Amino acid sequence: MEEVAIIGIGCTPVGEPWHKSLRNMAVESTWAAMDDAGIDQVDGLVVGNMSSGNFNDQESLGSLIADYAGLGNISAFKVEGACGSGGAAFKAGLMAVASGYHETVCVTGVEKMTDVVGDNATKILANASDREYEAIHGISFVGLNAMIMRRYIHDYNVKREDLCSFPVNSHKNAVHNKYAMFRKEIKLDTVMNSPSVADPMTLMECAPICDGAASLILTTKEKAKEFTDTPVVVKGCSVKVDTIGVHDRKTVTSMNATVTAAKDAYKQSGCTPKDIETIELHDAFSIMGAIGLEDLGFAERGKGARMAAEGEIAIGGRLPCCTFGGLKARGHPVGATGVYQLAELGWNLRGDGPVDAEVGMAQNIGGTGSTVSVTIMGRD
Amino acid sequence: MKTIKDIGIVGYGAYVPMYRIKNSDIARVWGNDPNRVPVKEKSVPGPDEDACTIACEASKNALLRALIDPQKLGAVWVGTESKPYAVKPTSTIVAEVIGATPLINAADWEFACKAGTEALQGALGYVGSGMSEYALAIGVDTAQGQPADALEYTAAAGGSALIVGPASESVALYEGSCSYVTDTPDFWRRQHEHYPKHASRFTGMPAYFYHITNAAKQLCGEMGTEPNDYDYVILHQPNTKFPMAAASMLGVDKEKVIPGLIAPYIGNTYAGSAVLGLAAVFDVAKPGEKILCVSYGSGAGSDAFSFTMTEKIDEVRNNAPNVKSYVGRRVSIDYATYARYRQKIRM
Amino acid sequence: MSVPRHWRENVKRYRLLGSRCNSCGKLHYPERTVCPECKSRELSTYQFKGNGKIYSYTVVWAPPEGYEFCKPYAAALIELEEGEIVTAQLTDCDLDKLEIGMPVEPVVRKLFAYGEAGIIVYGYKFRPIMPKAK
Repeated sequence: MEEVAIIGIGCTPVGEPWHKSLRNMAVESTWAAMDDAGIDQVDGLVVGNMSSGNFNDQESLGSLIADYAGLGNISAFKVEGACGSGGAAFKAGLMAVASGYHETVCVTGVEKMTDVVGDNATKILANASDREYEAIHGISFVGLNAMIMRRYIHDYNVKREDLCSFPVNSHKNAVHNKYAMFRKEIKLDTVMNSPSVADPMTLMECAPICDGAASLILTTKEKAKEFTDTPVVVKGCSVKVDTIGVHDRKTVTSMNATVTAAKDAYKQSGCTPKDIETIELHDAFSIMGAIGLEDLGFAERGKGARMAAEGEIAIGGRLPCCTFGGLKARGHPVGATGVYQLAELGWNLRGDGPVDAEVGMAQNIGGTGSTVSVTIMGRD
Repeated sequence: MKTIKDIGIVGYGAYVPMYRIKNSDIARVWGNDPNRVPVKEKSVPGPDEDACTIACEASKNALLRALIDPQKLGAVWVGTESKPYAVKPTSTIVAEVIGATPLINAADWEFACKAGTEALQGALGYVGSGMSEYALAIGVDTAQGQPADALEYTAAAGGSALIVGPASESVALYEGSCSYVTDTPDFWRRQHEHYPKHASRFTGMPAYFYHITNAAKQLCGEMGTEPNDYDYVILHQPNTKFPMAAASMLGVDKEKVIPGLIAPYIGNTYAGSAVLGLAAVFDVAKPGEKILCVSYGSGAGSDAFSFTMTEKIDEVRNNAPNVKSYVGRRVSIDYATYARYRQKIRM
Repeated sequence: MSVPRHWRENVKRYRLLGSRCNSCGKLHYPERTVCPECKSRELSTYQFKGNGKIYSYTVVWAPPEGYEFCKPYAAALIELEEGEIVTAQLTDCDLDKLEIGMPVEPVVRKLFAYGEAGIIVYGYKFRPIMPKAK
């Protein structure tokens, strides 16, 4: 198997670009990444997207994007893992290059959620849960995470304020990120007192509904030298699933898919948590940030929120997280998010980000932890 | 009328939703005197309830007392005038919920407020003729009262289920029944109308009182009894005044009517009315005591039944919540919430 | 509106029908065709008794489309007597008095309807246990 490196990174600004269609955004970010790499053709395209069929009445994204990007008859298809589609698509692209199947692959994550109006987006997001045994009860995706949060607070006696430190940290970090949706800091009080969406989860603890596309160009580590002095090398990448329903998990306050994917990624890379200098954590909800830190091996059970509250996850802290704003402030265009995270980690590793790191990690969660990808990348 | 086989009620179960709206609050909204109201408060179904869900819980309670395998039921018959579907029987859903399918007859019955006792007459015939060992009859409604109309004060929600079976397993033995019916248009609802209409004072003497008293007299004549011979007399209860007046006309002591009178607390449950009153009496009656139950349905007609309690009632009575538990489980709501829950706000 | 999908699930939703693994005895709700514990494909239908307690809950203030009619409502993870956890709405309860550990019992209620003309989907919800006799 070949080692794989990233030679090009590109994305669109996250937000509500009413004038840009799904294909517009995907082509824009694909070419931004190809320009960054200095190429005008790839052998394969893997698209990460959760639900274009529902949001945009459009499937066949491999063909659509390759066609509109002018890439001709290449290999192209969509990979889906709910909000973890980006990370899953990355693994598919990685495997294509690592196995020698393709030389250069573009991974493009794209989601255009604002094409549907009203509560429709909420209904579609619930497709990430178990439709017949969770969504049918009107629980909503936020509701599922709220129940996890309530149990977590109950089991570990955690303070609500500590959990609210995650969105505060993310917003602070988004200020410097020209691609972020929300580039303003927010106060802890504002988060605590924002309207209840599904008690005890408040509005400001939830990532926004938005649009965006991000792309990465992958090639072998060997070939990468022809393109750049700062390739970002993939040291470990794992995608694992867990039960689809929260009710079937071994425990509600930990995501076993994260734990097993992390173990696998650590093993592949030869790294341990001590080696990781920065994480693009999946903070779709404040509770996911806390549980993520614990599942990835950075905090003891029940102490993830404390870690955030004590400033350890700040840029300049022991373990900077969500350094470009995370899902909460950079935004969470669901199927694209995993690729945004890897783009941001890539920028940090090659000297184009706010953190100077040699090794870092990205965690992308699909559903309530039903599909999780953990990727470790480094400078060499 | 009597049956060929000796049969009776082997199980009974009730259900009343927990929300209540005070009659005085309804009066205040419409500019009427809050002190001159027909009942204290009425039951209101929650937004996730309808005649079907009420019938399901009442039926489950009846099975808890009957202690039979639901597969042995030969019929599941729901009598109601608030069917969730105009076409698609509520009874098939109830039958699936309780596990009585597929070898079952299921159909919905309609005769305004006596739809429940209609279904009971049918069940008695079904079992009494030997066609089936057991049959389930349910009377239930989530009645709609037109805003500002007199009937809005009492149109309520509730239901009661009765399982008919062999006399040897009965909590109350069936002795006889009759039906007294004429074409009398006192209260009706045309097919696509949301609310029913009624003929005001015409609903009294020529309708309610005429049919109830005649049915009672007819049955007592056949049984060789007088209405006041019974220990309990349950009458259809659209409010408090009508059943008390009818009892008086029949020469029945007030004390015999009161145990079965729940309209003052929850209003008129329409097809659930007489059968809920019957359940309330089953909750307290002793072995050997005799019961006369006379329903009334607009359109119009009355069904009258004669029962005698057995020892078995003491064994199974506490297997499921009693009527008092449901009546006592109450949460008061205001008119706005009531209008929302009853979908009276057209959007 | 998917009629076959709801029809396929309706009896299981009415009666809390799950499955039991004939090999290892594990109970499952929802039902399975492959046991996640031992991978056996020999499973039989199992009807859960229904009583349980609240394992966690939330009060939903922003319901998905079609569920506004009950808003606000509580949804919960219910730990059934047999140990299995199910997701369901709570009903007939005071939203301010919910607690982890509260004992609940199952009822059949309207889950939602496809507008005024479409089918009604009924299924299980849970409520605080009602006393039997008063």
